Amino acid sequence: MANLLTVLIASLFLATLAIPVIYRLRTNGTGTFLALFPLLIFILLGYLLITLNPFEAGIGDSSIAILEGMELSLRVDGLSLIFGLLISGIGFLILLYSSFYMANQERQKSFYLYLMIFMGAMLALVFSNNLITLFIFWEITSVASFFLIGYNHHREKSRQAAFQALIITAVGGLALLFAVILTGNITGTYRISEIISEGIHLGNHSRYPLILSLVIIAAVTKSAQFPFHFWLPGAMQAPTPISAYLHSATMVNAGIFLLLRLYPLLGGTIMWKYSLLITGSITMFLGAFSSMGQKDLKRILAFTTISALGTMMLLIGIDTVNSIKAALVFFIVHGLYKGGLFMITGIIDKSTGTRDIYQLNNLTKSMPFTALFTFLAVISMAGLPPMLGFIGKELIYEATIQMPQLSWIIVPLGVGANIIMVAISITVFYELFIYQKKKITTKLLIKEKAFPTSFLVGPAILAFMGLLLGIAPEILENAISNSIYFIRGQSIKITLSLWHGFNEVLLLSILTIAGGVILFLLRKPANRFIAHILNLFDIYHLPSIFNNLVNTYLKVTSRNTERIQHGYHRFYLMTFFLVTIAITSLHLFKITDIPFSLQYFSPVKPHVLLLIIIASIAVLFAVFTKTRLSAILAMGLTGYSIGLIYLFYGAVDLAITQFLAETIIMVIFVMVIYYLPTFAVLSTRTSRIRDAIISIITGLFITLVILKAELIKPDYRVSDFFTENSYTLGEGKNIVNTILVDFRALDTLGEMFVITMAAAGVFSLFKFQIKRLKERKKDS
Amino acid sequence: MELIIAIFIGLLFACGVYLILRRSIVKVILGIFVLSNATNLIIFLAGGIKSEAVAFIPDDAESLNPELINDPMAQVLILKAIVIGLGIAAYILALKYRYFEVTGTHDLDQLKNTDQK
Repeated sequence: MANLLTVLIASLFLATLAIPVIYRLRTNGTGTFLALFPLLIFILLGYLLITLNPFEAGIGDSSIAILEGMELSLRVDGLSLIFGLLISGIGFLILLYSSFYMANQERQKSFYLYLMIFMGAMLALVFSNNLITLFIFWEITSVASFFLIGYNHHREKSRQAAFQALIITAVGGLALLFAVILTGNITGTYRISEIISEGIHLGNHSRYPLILSLVIIAAVTKSAQFPFHFWLPGAMQAPTPISAYLHSATMVNAGIFLLLRLYPLLGGTIMWKYSLLITGSITMFLGAFSSMGQKDLKRILAFTTISALGTMMLLIGIDTVNSIKAALVFFIVHGLYKGGLFMITGIIDKSTGTRDIYQLNNLTKSMPFTALFTFLAVISMAGLPPMLGFIGKELIYEATIQMPQLSWIIVPLGVGANIIMVAISITVFYELFIYQKKKITTKLLIKEKAFPTSFLVGPAILAFMGLLLGIAPEILENAISNSIYFIRGQSIKITLSLWHGFNEVLLLSILTIAGGVILFLLRKPANRFIAHILNLFDIYHLPSIFNNLVNTYLKVTSRNTERIQHGYHRFYLMTFFLVTIAITSLHLFKITDIPFSLQYFSPVKPHVLLLIIIASIAVLFAVFTKTRLSAILAMGLTGYSIGLIYLFYGAVDLAITQFLAETIIMVIFVMVIYYLPTFAVLSTRTSRIRDAIISIITGLFITLVILKAELIKPDYRVSDFFTENSYTLGEGKNIVNTILVDFRALDTLGEMFVITMAAAGVFSLFKFQIKRLKERKKDS
Repeated sequence: MELIIAIFIGLLFACGVYLILRRSIVKVILGIFVLSNATNLIIFLAGGIKSEAVAFIPDDAESLNPELINDPMAQVLILKAIVIGLGIAAYILALKYRYFEVTGTHDLDQLKNTDQK
């Protein structure tokens, strides 16, 4: 079973290879075809859910080791099953939905490619049994979501949103990597199953605060918690199916998953509780608060997602069996209604061309089915019976009320956020489907009947799942019991039911609904009030602060780059010479134990001295002359003098080669030079003096290095072997030649390649010119 | 003699460095030639200039006493350096020729970025 699941998850990645083929065969059926893969996974996971034992891991170890300590192994328990079911199930619906939504759009192939990779990485992330692979898939989801959010990359907003999402989640990713490595070093294993079964908890370790902070940074950035929440509303620049998927089951929920996954390792301490409580409650309230007064349906939903994620964070922070249970149930609730609502947004957008809820008018008649699905989704969001949302909210209240000490602040915050949720649910439904606005007539671009079934089936299934699970929540009991067993190590049989009896929780629910209705009635002044408050905080507009930070960083770095990479070839060389001299001279003057004495040197030969004087004059002349030809001739003279020096010291082959090479270079130079301009004085006097000083220093330095090297003569010469065996082994009397063509023949072959390459380069340079000239003629 | 050659190499280096620090590409190329010659001389000097004998094995002998000649390895290395230097020279000159034809300038400061005008 484990292998089957591995193969299926891998098939998501492999299916991307088939995309071009399917796309060519059936352009708009690509999504439908690809949907088969997550469907198969969903069915398999469904089977695993049914057979799951409440207090036992579904699938143990089945690992493929990649590197030591890093293997691909799966872990199926309640937690990963709940996440996996939602990811694969909603993924299936999203692919069906995309088939129509993305039809006739550009770059569909890339869209499906990113989506499949994202889905595969998300599934692999939740089923991963190894912290390192968990991190890798975590990063893949970040990168894939970058491409998905920036899918409409011709829009600047879209690019910016994708960039923000990537930077923020990548920071979290780095923190996670750091935390994972630290954890591995302390515990000695990266395996989640081992960490859980051995009951390793880092609470008392001195590194605990660091690791916990890193993990929380990872979770908070990924799950769009305050103050990093701003990337999520920006991410609605993505195509709607993607928003639906990111918000409902994947990406942002990965942070929640990470915290639940690492709970056995890190959870339950004071620091854990308070940091999650604080971020969670701020985010929960801030998200709900900001969603009021928005016009764009997608934006409203984005802020409610932030609020929902805050709620989950808070519940994990409350840290009781009930709160974890509530978090898991709420994750399912949220995934179902949020996925549905986003898809409905896409349907309305396709049909009417707008997402502004105040521009839409009484859609019930024209879109009866959509209205029904929306109704089911919003009552789940508002937490009304008989939806699963009701159970979720009851559980949240139960958990907050039972919380020791802090319930006096958490309960009002939770109730407040939920009141806003209720009000928003009513507002959205009312504005879209009931209220008859006088001035606005909504034109339908596409009628609901014209939509294919695959486009409407997604929200339908999600809405009815919310209803079904509300009526029969027993289906989830095993998975949740199992999750809680592995998260908190307590074997408690969890029961879920719609009706809890009359108690304070129900009272709070009624209070919430009443409050929501009142807020709905007062929505106009409330919206104005919220807009006013948000305006007050406008200077702390986080996306712009983020952009400013990034821009400042880019400015500083580009200034530095310009300073270092200035593009002036001679300054690069100057830097090179001066730095080399500075570093080497440190060493040069350190070796002082070798005495300097002229007796080490061979006697002066007058004819060589004469040659050197001629060559020196020639080279100086070459430097200072104003005409090109005399410079070349002077250069040649220097070259020939050096060749003669070789000759006087017995290096006949060298001398011949030097003469030949020097002649050829001069000939080529003279051939080329007539096509080039005459020397012009380009530099200023000061720069010439500066260069002269640098070159004199370099010359002096080289002389010193040579003298030093001359004084340190090693006793042994490598070439003695060649000298002794030249005739006996190489059958050659000329030792230099024998070395070249016999002992070191391969080197010589390499040298010939260099020459051939140079020849080919010269040839292509000139050939290119001929082509260009022809092109020019054609153009003219 | 080594001292004089060392000073000579220093002079060649000074001239070469001065030339490659110029803005005119023709001078830069001249500088490269001077530097490659100077470097060859350094290697030559490292091989020793104690002897004047040619590194040939006499007709009547099977081998040669290594003490009698300068290090032949240095000569081998320089031989290769000269030939490769020739290849580089030819290539640079061709490149320069094309470069001038395309850009119309021989001022390296005009070559600060890769964008075409």
